[in-house]
Amino acid sequence: MISLIVNGKPYQLDVEPEMPLLWAIRENVALTGTKFGCGIAQCGACTVHLDGQTVRSCITPVSAAASRKVTTIEGLAPVGGLHPVQQAWIAEEVPQCGYCQSGQLLSAAALLASKPNPTDAQIDEFLAGNICRCGTYPRIRAAIHRAAAMVQGGQPRGGAR
Amino acid sequence: MISPVSRRTLLKGGLALGAGLAIGFEIPAGRGARAQNVFAPNAWVRIDRDGIVTVLNEKSEMGQGTLTTMAMIVADELDADWSKVKIEQAPADPVYGNPIIGNQQTTVGSSSIRGSMMIWRKAGAAAREMLIAAAAKKWGVSADEVYADQGAVYHRPSGRKLTYGELVDEAAQLPVPQNPRLKTRDQFKLIGKNIPRRDTPDKVTGRAMFGIDTVLPDMLVATVQRCPVFGGTVQRFDASRAKAVKGVKDVIQVSGGVGVVATGYWAAKRGREALQVTWDEGPNAGLTSAEISRGYAELAKQPGKVARHDGDPDRTLREAPKTLDAVYAVPFLAHATMEPMNCTAHVQTDRCDVYVPTQNQTLAQARAMQITGLPREKVFVHTTLLGGGFGRRSETDFVADAVELSKAVGAPVKVIWSREDDMQHDVYRPATYNVLHAGVDTSGTPTTWTHRIVGPSLLIPRKRPLPPNGVDPTAVEGAVNMPYAIPNIDVEWIFKDYGIPVGFWRSVGASQNAFIVESFIDELAHAARKDPFEYRRTLLSKSPLHRGVLEKAAKEAGWGTPLPRGLARGIAVAFSYGSYAAEVAEVSLSPDGKVRVHRVVCAIDTGFAANPGQIKAQAEGGVIYGLTAVLYGAITIDKGRVVQSNFNDYPMLRINETPTIEVHVLESGDFVGGAGEPGVPPIAPAVCNAIYVLTGKRIRELPVRPEELKRA
Repeated sequence: MISLIVNGKPYQLDVEPEMPLLWAIRENVALTGTKFGCGIAQCGACTVHLDGQTVRSCITPVSAAASRKVTTIEGLAPVGGLHPVQQAWIAEEVPQCGYCQSGQLLSAAALLASKPNPTDAQIDEFLAGNICRCGTYPRIRAAIHRAAAMVQGGQPRGGAR
Repeated sequence: MISPVSRRTLLKGGLALGAGLAIGFEIPAGRGARAQNVFAPNAWVRIDRDGIVTVLNEKSEMGQGTLTTMAMIVADELDADWSKVKIEQAPADPVYGNPIIGNQQTTVGSSSIRGSMMIWRKAGAAAREMLIAAAAKKWGVSADEVYADQGAVYHRPSGRKLTYGELVDEAAQLPVPQNPRLKTRDQFKLIGKNIPRRDTPDKVTGRAMFGIDTVLPDMLVATVQRCPVFGGTVQRFDASRAKAVKGVKDVIQVSGGVGVVATGYWAAKRGREALQVTWDEGPNAGLTSAEISRGYAELAKQPGKVARHDGDPDRTLREAPKTLDAVYAVPFLAHATMEPMNCTAHVQTDRCDVYVPTQNQTLAQARAMQITGLPREKVFVHTTLLGGGFGRRSETDFVADAVELSKAVGAPVKVIWSREDDMQHDVYRPATYNVLHAGVDTSGTPTTWTHRIVGPSLLIPRKRPLPPNGVDPTAVEGAVNMPYAIPNIDVEWIFKDYGIPVGFWRSVGASQNAFIVESFIDELAHAARKDPFEYRRTLLSKSPLHRGVLEKAAKEAGWGTPLPRGLARGIAVAFSYGSYAAEVAEVSLSPDGKVRVHRVVCAIDTGFAANPGQIKAQAEGGVIYGLTAVLYGAITIDKGRVVQSNFNDYPMLRINETPTIEVHVLESGDFVGGAGEPGVPPIAPAVCNAIYVLTGKRIRELPVRPEELKRA
């Protein structure tokens, strides 16, 4: 049995300890917002927060997350609410197919938690691990600036699309 | 449930399209037509007593926004209250065939608006006329005095009002109009506006359900080991170790390979790692990319099937005072949708349910019918959201996996392909080899253009007929309709199939032929010592729409104005899938030869823009899709198998490599062009033409190789 805390809720899972956290979240906890993209930490679709830090759940053994705080896209904001990055994503119409966006949003939220007003270069560096095949990157940049401004109650900083 | 064909009320009519084309048209009664308390005049519209309008969308939502744009179009003609419009995914049904794609229910070729807009408009307008007639009848007034607005019908003289919900029962009794009056453009309230996408909130909260997210009661999860060599087959397999893995339920041979069925993906994957399969690798076991290239080059020495022949190219090329010759080559490319291929099927004795992210419901249903032996009305295709499509999801290999396995184990089965499966068992954008010659006069103006293409066919392996000239149109698109006014032109095609599966890849033939045509015309411009923009512009005297986007992109990009040192611009223009697009790329090069694209300006003319914001998004995405191909994309073959396996060796453009992108949407009217693909073709030549300005080196083979651009 592995004890897991996902989005504040405790779970007892009867899974192999080396099973990737991704599959435990998707198939055992039954939260499907976290996506399988590559299985080798190349694309970032499976990004979740482990104690507030981004990890690639596809290569993180579930045992490594035992008794630590896992946050998935479903738990990024309190129930019924939206995190500033989610609001900004809607305002900038970021998603196309949407498959990678859970990972993009969790990366963006982690970036803003450490750098409340990031530059384009800082965004590029922090989100370089998240692939979007639809090509929503220019809007992701714009949305992160917008989210930063929302949090600070100001105007979005520069950053062209 | 799908309404059986026999119960459908078919109505035939004709309708003038904006451009003066007439298309055949039928409005069949949709699902629920017989249900009580619901007004369902056709397969796209359902209104209940609460006034909720449900629009049934038959297209696949793979990021292009069709879910929203399609419903906008129906709702506008219906004069619905957009806030009371619900959008539901339609089932697979022949009624939803796209008239410009062989009447298949499919979302390919940037064809949704082009092929179905008039059908949707008519479906909405027919419902609106029936609601108006129902109100007029109820009030005992002439329908001329009645109008619809925002989900209600009004009697103009008296100001009386009935909501659509209040008219449901009366409207359902009325005959469906054969040829409803459509709105004029100035009457549109939703069409042409930037309406926010309906799928966005679910896509930022994790609620959006893709195919891979399907969960059914007692469902098993499977993964299929395919023969690494194309064309190979299973000789024998030993499942004993696989079956010993905890959670593995069964190991079953299917047409695609050997499937491992388990309680979850991880167990299935572990089971597959323990599986021992002996393959008959077949005749392709020694094939390499080098062999394919050599074979193409050899074949290119012979004449091909003639796709276009203007004037007397043989003679004029021979007599030209100056000639230019070039060989261009492009590699196989994988689609690499973010969501790997997957499908969930539940085969029972009397029905089959397929939950699938598909671009082709018609073929998915047909494949399930063929495997199960069930008739069409017992095979239910539930289309989920698609985590990218790009043409890959119009195939049915992943459907067959799931249906065959579910049939074998007697339980619902979800099949998930690994990224490696997805990349190594794709249907690839064809690799081609191209020989070009141009004859130019003393002023550098071209008098002759010849282009010979060697490569595989998308249509021949699919047993689809070729036109009388014997040329696969998908292989020569973008080349055969090369827009420049040159009096003598020859375009030929030579078919060669090495057994590598090929498929439709975003913008298809235009994705490669625009690179070749727009690079070679750039060579001609530089050889003539003319500005590449002006050179094109002059030769486009008879192609005003090409010229329109070319001029717009050049103007917005500041063509001809100075750039910071180390940067250069390249330009290209292409027509594909009904639309015109031109792009200007600003490019620099690092000392190690790495290309950096800083800014892209795109002008796209779709003729008519149903949702301009989505066209803009598609053009942005098309540029990035194309940049991945020009900078990185190469699937290579060794020992009959694909060398690349995942994003580490088949890289994608990332955010830190992404230029700023400006898109200008033009609407020159008189035609309805596509939006999903036309942004792709011009970017490769625009970037490579800029590289030429920077380095003097002409990129004639993709992808760009930094080691060849390194400063000596």
